[in-house]
Order: sequence, then C-alpha cells, then structure tokens
Amino acid sequence: MGNSTVFNIRGLNVYYGDFLAVKDVDMDIKKESVTALIGPSGCGKSTYLRCLNRMNDLIIGASVKGQVSFENRNIYDSNVDATEVRSRIGMVFQKPNPFPKSIYRNIAFGLKVNGFTGDMDEAVEKSLKQAALWDEVKDRLNDSAFTLSGGQQQRLCIARALAIQPEVILMDEPASALDPIATLAIEDLVRELKANYTIVIVTHNMQQAARVSDETAFFMVDEDRSGYLVEHDDTQKIFTNPTNQRTEEYITGRFS
Amino acid sequence: MKWLFMACASVSILTTIGILVTLLYQGYGFFNEVSPWEFLTGTRWTPILKPRSYGVLPLVSGTLLVTVIAAMVALPVGLMTAIFLSEYAADNVRRIIKPILEILAGIPTVVYGYFALTFVTPLLQNIFNDLLVFNALSAGIVMGVMIIPMVSSLSEDAMISVPRNLREAAYALGATRYEVSLRVVVPAALSGIIAAFIIAISRAIGETMLVTIAAGATPRMALNPLEGVQTMTAYIVQLSLGEAPVGSLEYNTIFAVGLVLFCMTLLMNLLGFWIVRRFREAY
Amino acid sequence: MNEYKPVANSINPNRKRRKIIGASVYCIFLISTLVGIVGLGVLIFDVLDKGIPWLNWQFLTDYPSRKPEEAGLYSALIGTIWLMFMTALLTVPIGVGAAIYLEEYAPRNLLTKAIEINVSNLAGVPSIVYGLLGMALFVYYLGSSEQFLGRTLLAGALTLALLVLPIVIMASREAIRAVPDSYRQGAYAMGADKWQVIKGVVLPSALPGILTGTILAMSRAIGEAAPVIAISALVYMTFIPAHPMERFTVLPIQIYNWVARPQEEFRGLAAAGIIVLLAILLTMNAIAVVLRNKYQTRSEE
Repeated sequence: MGNSTVFNIRGLNVYYGDFLAVKDVDMDIKKESVTALIGPSGCGKSTYLRCLNRMNDLIIGASVKGQVSFENRNIYDSNVDATEVRSRIGMVFQKPNPFPKSIYRNIAFGLKVNGFTGDMDEAVEKSLKQAALWDEVKDRLNDSAFTLSGGQQQRLCIARALAIQPEVILMDEPASALDPIATLAIEDLVRELKANYTIVIVTHNMQQAARVSDETAFFMVDEDRSGYLVEHDDTQKIFTNPTNQRTEEYITGRFS
Repeated sequence: MKWLFMACASVSILTTIGILVTLLYQGYGFFNEVSPWEFLTGTRWTPILKPRSYGVLPLVSGTLLVTVIAAMVALPVGLMTAIFLSEYAADNVRRIIKPILEILAGIPTVVYGYFALTFVTPLLQNIFNDLLVFNALSAGIVMGVMIIPMVSSLSEDAMISVPRNLREAAYALGATRYEVSLRVVVPAALSGIIAAFIIAISRAIGETMLVTIAAGATPRMALNPLEGVQTMTAYIVQLSLGEAPVGSLEYNTIFAVGLVLFCMTLLMNLLGFWIVRRFREAY
Repeated sequence: MNEYKPVANSINPNRKRRKIIGASVYCIFLISTLVGIVGLGVLIFDVLDKGIPWLNWQFLTDYPSRKPEEAGLYSALIGTIWLMFMTALLTVPIGVGAAIYLEEYAPRNLLTKAIEINVSNLAGVPSIVYGLLGMALFVYYLGSSEQFLGRTLLAGALTLALLVLPIVIMASREAIRAVPDSYRQGAYAMGADKWQVIKGVVLPSALPGILTGTILAMSRAIGEAAPVIAISALVYMTFIPAHPMERFTVLPIQIYNWVARPQEEFRGLAAAGIIVLLAILLTMNAIAVVLRNKYQTRSEE
C-alpha cells in the first residue's frame, strides 16, 4: 500500500436544485486502500460517492461545486471528458445490474466501448478471475447473465467494471441486496482487490466497514438535512477510539 | 346486476364471432363459385369486367407495396423519434413534442388522403416526371408519416420500461449517450420495439381512405411505385359504392377480400403480442 | 495535457471520434423527430391555405351541389351529429358495463383472459372490416338480400358503436382501476353491497376518466369514412335525415366525395370541409384535456 493519494477532495458541495445535499467535504483518499463511507440513511454518502466519477452529471438539477482532484487534475474541469473519468473510476451499484446479454458480452461491452484491441477472450477470462467468478461460469459464458444468482451477478458487475482496468472502484452498498454468504464473498473480494485498486465503499453495515476497510469516513446530517463529513480516520481508530463524540454515539448504537 | 355487465362484456365476444361468421359465411358464398386456389394464386383481378378473373394477388401486392413504402418511412423515423424523446430530450421539449405527435395520430385518414393527392403527388411529380396522378409512392409516404406516432409512442413505451440502473451501469463504464442508447437501451427494449413495428404495419395494411383517394383503382401486380395500384381496402370501398346486387358473386368478392385482409391483420397482431410475451425481459 | 496518463494495455478509447459520432447521431435523431412535426405543419398550412377561401356561413348551411359555388356540407354535418349522438348512446353503456364487469366482477380465469385478448384484437381490426360486418348483419339479414335495418343511421350507429367499443372499454377500465381501493373498502365497511359500492363510489370517481375515454372514442368515430361508406353506400346526398331509419352521409365521406373530383374548386371545398372536421375534433379534444386536468387536480386535494 503506497502513501500517495489518489483523490484530493476540497470544498465539495452538492446541490439538488436548491437543496444542499452534501456540504463542504474535504477528504484525501489513499492509493490502493479501502475507504468505507458510513453514516445513517439519507446523509449523502451515495451522493458523495457519485461525485467521484461524475455520475451526478446524469441527474437533472444536480450541481456540484468544489474540487475533486483525481491524479492531480480536477475532474470537474470544463475540459475534462466525463466518459474518460468514468473509464478510469469504475462503479458497482447496490442492486446488481447486469445487461440483458450473455455473461461474456456483459464484460466485453465495456471493452468494446473503450476501444479494446487485444484478445477479448483473454481479457474476459482475466476479469472474471479477478472477480472470483471464473470457475463458476467458465463453461457457460454464453448464457444470459440473468441465469446467475444475485451474488454471482454482483461479482459479474464487479468483473465488468474491472475489465477496463480502472484505477479506482466505487462501490455503493454492493452487498446490501445479497444474502449473508454472498455478502462475505463480496467482502473477501474487496480485500483481494485492494492490492491493485483503490476502493471506496459505501455501507450501512458498520461491521462490514470494520471488517473490510483501512480508513473510514463517517457522515451525518445537520439541522438543514445537509450531509457533512464528521470524521475520517483509520478504521481501527474510528471504531475503538473516535475523536468526535457523534461518531462514538453512532458506533455504539446510541442512535442509528 | 352482475349478469347485466357480463352481457355487456360478451358483446365484444359476439362482435368477433359476428365478424368471423360474416366473413366466412359470405366468403363461402364466394368460394362456392371460385376455387380458393384460383383466388389465392391468380394474378388478375377483374371481377366486374369481362373476362372475369378472380385472382386476389394484385390487390395483395398493391397493399404490400404501399405498406412497404410506408414502413420505410415510419419505422426508422418513428424509432429515432422515440430514442430522441426517451434518451435525449429534456422534459419541456418532450412536453411539447408528444402532444404534437398525438395530434398527428388523431387526424382522420381522409385528410391524409387529401394531402397525398393534392400536395404530395404534384410535389413529387417535379422530381419523378413519370409519376402518375394516382400512385403508390405518395400514398406510401403519407401513410408512413401517418403511422410515425404509433411507432414512436409504442417504441418509447418499450424503452422507458428499461430500468434506469441499466443505463447507469453503461455510463459508469465510460460509454457516451449514443452508445448507451443504441447498444444498451434499444437492444434491451427490442422485443417491444419489434412489436411496435408489427402493430404499425398491421395498421398500414388495414388503412382504407388514404389509399382509396391517392393510390388509385387499378389492380395490378405492383412493383413500380410510380404507378397506381389498388389495395384490398380500396377495392372494398369501390365495390361498396357500386351497384353489385346483394348476394351476387361480385357482392361476395368484398367478403372474400375482407377475409384475406382480416387474416393478415389478425396474424400480425397476434405475432406482435406473442413476441412481447415470449421475449420480454424479466427485470 | 488534455488526458490523464495513458490507460492500460490495448485500450484505445478514441474519444474525439466518438464525440463526433455522438453529435451526428443527435442531429439525425433530432431531424427525424422534426419530420413528423414538419409534416403536420405543412399539412395544416396547405389545408388552411386552400380551404379558408371557401369557408363561409353558406358553406355550412348549403347542400352539396354540382356547382362548387353553391355547394355546402349541411347534409353531412347533420348526418355526423346524428350519427355521433346515436353511436355514443349505444357504445357508452355497453362499454362501461363491460369495463365494470372486467374490473369489479370477473374472476381471474381463462374466460376473462379470453375476453381481454379479444378486446385487444378487436382494437386492431381494420375499420373497413367493421363496415363489412355492419353491412351483412345490420343492413341486410345475413345471407339474404332482404333489408334488415337498411342503409340507415341506425345501422351505421350500431357499426360504429362496435368499432369504438374497445376504446371505450379500455379507457373505462383504466378509469375504474384508478379508483383507490380505500374508497371501496370504506363503502363496504358501511354495509353496502357490490352494486351499491360501484354505483355510489366507483363510478362517480371514475366518471371523468370515462368521459375522457368517451370523447376519445368519439374523436375516432367522427373521422371514420370507410365503414360508413360500406353501410350507407352514398357519397352524394342532398337532404338531411329526419329520423334514425333514414339514409345519411357524414363529413369525412363528403370530403372524400369532393377530393375525388378533378376540378380545382372541389379540392378547395374539400379543404374547407377538412377545416370544419378538424375544428370539431380540436374542440372535442380540448374539452377532454380540460376535463382531465380539472379532475386530476381535484383528486389531489
């Protein structure tokens, strides 16, 4: 795990129309680490996550102020192409969303769109192996993605994101729609992937955050219902000896 | 009270039975005198003038020629309109365009017939010098414009029902808007889009006044769109206005032709339904 | 430096090219969308251009004539009004009744499914086929040349009623379905039986939707020429019907009659007739939209 940072976020504010959903976030995210974003529902964690790959651009009425520097360039600069940002910063969603295509073509889609010129079969196999799904599907790559179980579909979505070789993978509650066994499989995968990728994961499950992440960021809502960053530190510290009292209250379950 | 309402509901079943009985019964009167083989394979349709000939293929080919031209206009334009409305247009743009398309769909077909004959044909005659006053091309083009709203709204329904998270997945991989629309949304909505095409074509086949006014009354094995043709529907109108005595063979020809027409549209409608049911993605 | 450091192996995203393709695709889609709109605009402009010179009070009160200056649409106008009135009278009760049955009474069994499929199919049957049905069953007795109802308004109304019945049924069903179940539960809880619930709660609530559906159906009926030609077999009529068992003609048929004549003046008359027809349609649809909006806001209170 290197010491360099991948993201430098400064003064990030997100508005939906006139409503301030996320307020004044400053954060640095380290390379090849896992950062968990936790907090009560509605505190803007997903909104914040979606800023990191400009997915909020797709929401009508959403506007983002502030700076998100990825590898020393602000991704919100006017001369930055959003599709480029998204091909370097991948995303996995809460509910698995494979395309209604075959397993093979789900993975090939991202590669084709991004102009992949190498050996497609090899690339598909590599991604599926990285997502720990290869052995389960290698004999049925042409089957529809919908023949997979929920947990397998989510790993397919992870493989799909990995295929185009991003630097970062953003995960928005990736296991919340899955059963406990599939959840553990995803968590194992996250731990494996961090050797090569920077991962930012939103989760409402504190134990999961404690199990999986190197650093944790705790968000909350203020009186105006705007989300803000309360504390961001090593996971170990957050869960045993947090600095902020509100963090401690949340961790110990005095409110949720 | 329940029985009263049930009786009302059964009116629709009675209607279908009525249509079938009518077509088959009167058609039987026709097929008594003309062999089905001659009817279905003959290429000359002269039921009134001597020498009489009862091959229905000229009428079918006339219908198909106009329909194919209409499809060449309506299917691409309708689909692209639907993609524009569903994937590109802002809300206020949609709110203006959709009612306009609905107006287009609500205009009676005599009006389209008028337009084809008095505006489009003279216009096209400047381009194609050989264009006759009654021709399949004008009728086909105008019919195409007429069914654009149908193709567009049914295709749009199919695309809107593609869940949003599928699009998000594609955008998150760095795809551009046109790539998401054409490589994810359209393929995902394909069964609904094809059903839309089929239903619109069925509508074109059954259309009457437009072709009666603009396409002509000359049954011929039609390949040349610059000439006039007679469609099945136009023939039925022609004969209804004529003086064929009720119950005569000439009178019964309209039921025989009607039977062919009914079967063609019924088959297409059923095909459309079947495609949607069979291939609909369970999201 | 316009891009991030080069991406991993073999990936060549070619963003510039994709941007250009994206812009062209957008243009093509936009132009396609405009085809329909421009077509409509040209049509309306042409109709207005050719028809307005012929529009005057005489036009509405004269009978058709071989001399264009003296021709009018009186007979067709009266015929249309008669026919629409009678068609509505026939199709609305049956259509609403069928919708009530399908939504409130019918069990989810095969018979019900058959009825639903049937209604959908009927909606797609070409209108001329309804004309054939009407001719064989209403005008004459089936299989004979003896006249049953003859080529009269009544036969025409029955035929058109069947034609638009699927529309009334489908629209009424949606209106009934939109009535919140809580309304029904409330009425049942007061001891009402099924019919009382329907009569007292469901129907009044669904009424705006049913009305809108009826107007939609009548908008369709008013423009239909093909089935009416098959029934009435007339295009040129110089008197108006005095009762339902008389012969008649309607606006779209009159327009057809004029269009089919080669002289330029008749084209102008046809255009004028079209303006009248479209004006009536516009009014009907405007009423439907107003109704829909008025009752939509009310139900949100």
